[in-house]
Amino acid sequence: MTQEQVAAPPRLVEQPGPGNTVRLRHPGRLIVALLCIAGISWFVWVLATNDHIIWGNVLYYLTFPKILDGVLVTIQLSILATIMGLAIGVALAMMKLSANPVAVWISNLYIWFFRGTPVLVQLIFWFNLAFLFPQLVIKIPLTNIGYMWDTNVVMTGFTAAMLGLGLNLGAYAAETVRAGIQAVDPGQAEAAASIGMTPFKRMWVVVLPQATRIIIPPIGNEFISMLKTTSLVYVVAGNDLMTNASQIYKQNGKIMELLIVASIWYMAMTVIATYFQGKLEKKFGTADRPITGKRQRFSNPFFSRDNLAVLGQRLRTEPPRSTP
Amino acid sequence: MTSTTTSLAQTGTDRHLPLVLAEQVTKSFGNHQVLSGIDFSVETGEVACIIGPSGSGKSTFLRCLNALEKPNGGRIRIDGEDVGFNYRKGKFHEWNSAEYAKLRLNVGMVFQRFNLFANMTALENVACGPARVKGESKKLALARAEELLERVGLAGHGHKYPMKLSGGQQQRVAIARSLAMDPQVMLFDEPTSALDPELVDEVLEVMKSLAVGGMTMVLVTHEIGFAREVADSLAFIDGGVVVERGNPRELIANPQHERTQQFLSKVL
Ligand SMILES: Nc1ncnc2c1ncn2[C@@H]1O[C@H](COP(=O)(O)OP(=O)(O)O)[C@@H](O)[C@H]1O
Ligand SMILES: [Mg+2]
Repeated sequence: MTQEQVAAPPRLVEQPGPGNTVRLRHPGRLIVALLCIAGISWFVWVLATNDHIIWGNVLYYLTFPKILDGVLVTIQLSILATIMGLAIGVALAMMKLSANPVAVWISNLYIWFFRGTPVLVQLIFWFNLAFLFPQLVIKIPLTNIGYMWDTNVVMTGFTAAMLGLGLNLGAYAAETVRAGIQAVDPGQAEAAASIGMTPFKRMWVVVLPQATRIIIPPIGNEFISMLKTTSLVYVVAGNDLMTNASQIYKQNGKIMELLIVASIWYMAMTVIATYFQGKLEKKFGTADRPITGKRQRFSNPFFSRDNLAVLGQRLRTEPPRSTP
Repeated sequence: MTSTTTSLAQTGTDRHLPLVLAEQVTKSFGNHQVLSGIDFSVETGEVACIIGPSGSGKSTFLRCLNALEKPNGGRIRIDGEDVGFNYRKGKFHEWNSAEYAKLRLNVGMVFQRFNLFANMTALENVACGPARVKGESKKLALARAEELLERVGLAGHGHKYPMKLSGGQQQRVAIARSLAMDPQVMLFDEPTSALDPELVDEVLEVMKSLAVGGMTMVLVTHEIGFAREVADSLAFIDGGVVVERGNPRELIANPQHERTQQFLSKVL
């Protein structure tokens, strides 16, 4: 082989490009899209022109004080119940992963019970606790030192709602937290042990912070779902958005308008919660902290954005190679 | 040298015990016997290397020394104290988790896969032990961590999360993390096996400086060259027992046992 042959320019190959390519048409897609748009337009039209919905009323009740109060209570209830559920979930997960068979057993029983019964039933149960225990007593055994409350005073609609929703979420959160803890590389806990951490510290300082990243997305979902599950609370008059809306429409009969008002608020809360969920996920994000050495989400460097850009560049500029 | 001190300890004519003393250590996982009676001792300041084929129980033995595994039989003593038990009035009382934690303050460990805490920066990884375990002030712990990172050649990398560091850098942070606890003895389980070849030397360099500085080290490794140059003793483990142990240069040049000869002929 001579020098000239090696230095010869790459041969020109006819290849598909913008100038000589006929794009494939998708007539089916166009037809389906048109049908969908037509269907939705019809639905909106029917709603907007319906004589039984007075849109002025919807607008009026959207910022009605009682509705706004209900929105506030719904937000409070969702946050408190989620925090309570998460705390219970962490405790149950620890119990389930512990070496104590009784703790494991209790944890399983709790999860089975609270996932096995409808949350509506649980809410009504808590609200009517006074039937079982007319008084709630906290006192030091064998003495008279302590406190006593009337159950009906303590167990307001709000407390019953918080207990019912929180205890219920705890059962679901337990499984999420357990899965999160188990997804952390066991090597992390071993390294923590090797610098003299006790089991509790290993969990608290090393394992749980890493499990948090795995847990946050599903718990965020639980919270968003909780915003709407709170509407069940209207059966125990929890003063949430749905309770207040229903109290208004029971008086004035404007059922549809108030349901639309409530829905608008639920959707608005969901949008806001979704925004914060995104922020939270970013804060505990995947960028600079892998879950483990092995289980990185985008561990294949070939598919990293930089590489794809380089690859695209190469495909565009390099002449075709001779070997496949 | 090691054999004489061991025999002195056994005969009881001298109260001196080696810093690390393992006698007849056995361990099985289910029906699978991994360690079948390991005798091993390490003097203060000694660099003891262990080699052996994969699956021969080297890691398991090392993990027994800091009680990450519980042996099924035998006795391990570090600095004269039993590992896993308090010996009182002829009875061995099992340790609780706080007593295990206390032992590990004294026995550092460096893992094959680094195991840096992924939720902390390099600096926090090193400062974590002193601050959260020993109860040093955070300021002091961070200042010392800074020094230690400098000592392993990583000044200026403290703010990075482990994932942003190369394997060699991660392993050096792991060594610093272990050093921060001021251990009496450090265990290394194939610290360079997970590294790309060009990153091996930077880690070996750090370990060599530790050895020169007088650190007592037990090192499982495939780096025969490092063992020959730095180690005070070399043990060949196979089938869950110490097949042969002695001066590294002599053992490598002139292995007595057939299994050692076979193994060395493969790795050299
Ligand atoms: N936790 C465990 N459970 C079951 N078997 C194990 C466990 N750890 C190690 N082993 C087994 O013990 C044997 C020795 O392992 P190891 O000590 O890691 O060997 P080495 O480090 O010499 O390669 C291997 O066969 C391995 O499969
Ligand atoms: Mg090993």
